[in-house]
Amino acid sequence: MSLAEPAALPVAASVAPRLHVLKRFSSRFKASLPAYLLLLPSLIFLALFTYGAMGRVFIDALYQRATPKAPVRFVGLDNVNAVLADPAFAGAVINNLLYAVGTAIPSIALALLFALALARTHAVNSALRAALFLPVLIPMVAASALFLFIFLPNVGLLDHYIGRLLPVLPNWLGDPDIALYAIMVITIWKNAGYYMLFFLAGLQAVPEDVMEAAHLDGAGPYQRFRHIILPELKPTFLFVIVIATLNAVTQVDHVFVMTKGGPSNATNLVLFYIYQQAVEHYDIGKASAATLLTLAALMGLTALSFRTMANREGGP
Amino acid sequence: MKLIDWLLKDAPLATRREITPKLGFLLTVLLAIVWLIPFLWMGVATLRPASDGINAMAELVPSLKPTLDNIRDAWEIGDFPRYTLNTTFICTGILLVQFVTITLAGFAFARLDFAGKTLIFYLFLMQLMLVPVLLIVPNLTLVAQLGLYDTLTGVMMPFFASAFGTFLMRQAFEAIPTELEDAARIDGASLFQRIRHIYVPLSMPSFSAFAIISVTSHWNDFLWPLMVINSPDKRPLTVGLSVFTATAEGTQAWGTIAAGTLMVIAPLLITFLIFQKRFISSFVTSGIK
Repeated sequence: MSLAEPAALPVAASVAPRLHVLKRFSSRFKASLPAYLLLLPSLIFLALFTYGAMGRVFIDALYQRATPKAPVRFVGLDNVNAVLADPAFAGAVINNLLYAVGTAIPSIALALLFALALARTHAVNSALRAALFLPVLIPMVAASALFLFIFLPNVGLLDHYIGRLLPVLPNWLGDPDIALYAIMVITIWKNAGYYMLFFLAGLQAVPEDVMEAAHLDGAGPYQRFRHIILPELKPTFLFVIVIATLNAVTQVDHVFVMTKGGPSNATNLVLFYIYQQAVEHYDIGKASAATLLTLAALMGLTALSFRTMANREGGP
Repeated sequence: MKLIDWLLKDAPLATRREITPKLGFLLTVLLAIVWLIPFLWMGVATLRPASDGINAMAELVPSLKPTLDNIRDAWEIGDFPRYTLNTTFICTGILLVQFVTITLAGFAFARLDFAGKTLIFYLFLMQLMLVPVLLIVPNLTLVAQLGLYDTLTGVMMPFFASAFGTFLMRQAFEAIPTELEDAARIDGASLFQRIRHIYVPLSMPSFSAFAIISVTSHWNDFLWPLMVINSPDKRPLTVGLSVFTATAEGTQAWGTIAAGTLMVIAPLLITFLIFQKRFISSFVTSGIK
């Protein structure tokens, strides 16, 4: 007898209260049925590719194959330990932290500058906004193809124009000390225009008359920015920081096209490490363990964005 | 000076003499020019003949003898027509299925009362939190088990349900007055007829906003199709471009790479320039995608 099938419970006429509850439950279910049917198509795909995927990560992380053809066997936390002990993973985590900070701060600062400068809508500002927004639209792979030439040693765009000012031409993508920063430049170029949109939307909330009153009281541009605009933009900042951090974990296409994680793992990021384990080393166990660790690390952040989103959506 | 006056014509009178905002504007203009340089180079390099030599490749001044050779080469070497077809098929397929799933689910959340509504709402919200791209490994296993490895359907499937789209439609449907639906109900219209003939036609702006976000993001997807697709003739544009770039990089054919890149992004750029306002407002709502 299963509790999951309440209809199968031996409900005799003598147990009236329970029957009552059951009846109410089933009539509530009946009334809800149309809604469930409408939600079913979405829930099936969510179950397969979101919740199911979560479950499979947990399970796959606990199993391992001795050779690619051997049957899987239970290994407990061995995969997690192997990932944690892998210097390549530790390197990828450190790179990713650097990359997150090094892309989020400049692109958010630039986005704020752009939004402040272009807040008023007229033809010139619209054209400038469009120019800054163009990189957002194009695939990261296309951006990488363009930047491959920009960073090309000696004949590339960068060396051709500003490289001659330097005594020694750096090998932008080939030098382990520089490559990660070169990768960051692409991300900043691609994302600043996106974050600008949120600041533009946020700036609409800043009341013009308060700004004017502050000016009449002798507040300069910096004071007005510090004491009126910044407090007003606080929710926008939180929101954009969350998105920028998520992007730092999920955008790795340029690593694939430009450096393949090299030179000597200098540009390896966590998601690219996961890809390598799964596709290049056929190690689903280790790839799942690394996915699990990344998801766990993102939990705090997603909890924050979850709250922000729930507030935006206004609850059910 | 006249130009600056014109640019500031809406600014509060009292702040027009300040210098900091003008410096900020000037810096933004300079950066906007820098932002466009990669695109400028792409255009110039596409039209530059190979006879100009490798040292002229970085020149941003257009060549005096423009040529279409690079475009022809990229077209022939890269199999771009096939890639474009695949990407179009993927984006259309995802979008069509999404339209059905998000309309039905959005309607349920907007207009129906049911047991467990809060719980199911949070189940949907979880998809926004879990960043699908992080789940590539388990989803690849599932796609393989379903026998969809190396198929375009396999590329599309994980995106058939969209929490973002569902919430967008819920919002749009909630704004529609219930009186309309009541009138149709009295006339004997079924649930599906009411959705089809009242809710869907009145929510077109939300559908188009969602379509813009969905198509641009799947047009640009790379890592997931790269993992699912194995046969060269099933590659989408992004995967095709990465293979093409890797090949052409070996022969230093930068003009061809520029031409190939141009072909991949041209459809998006042209659509953007035509529907600029719509794109921008759609992207503002996409923060939670």
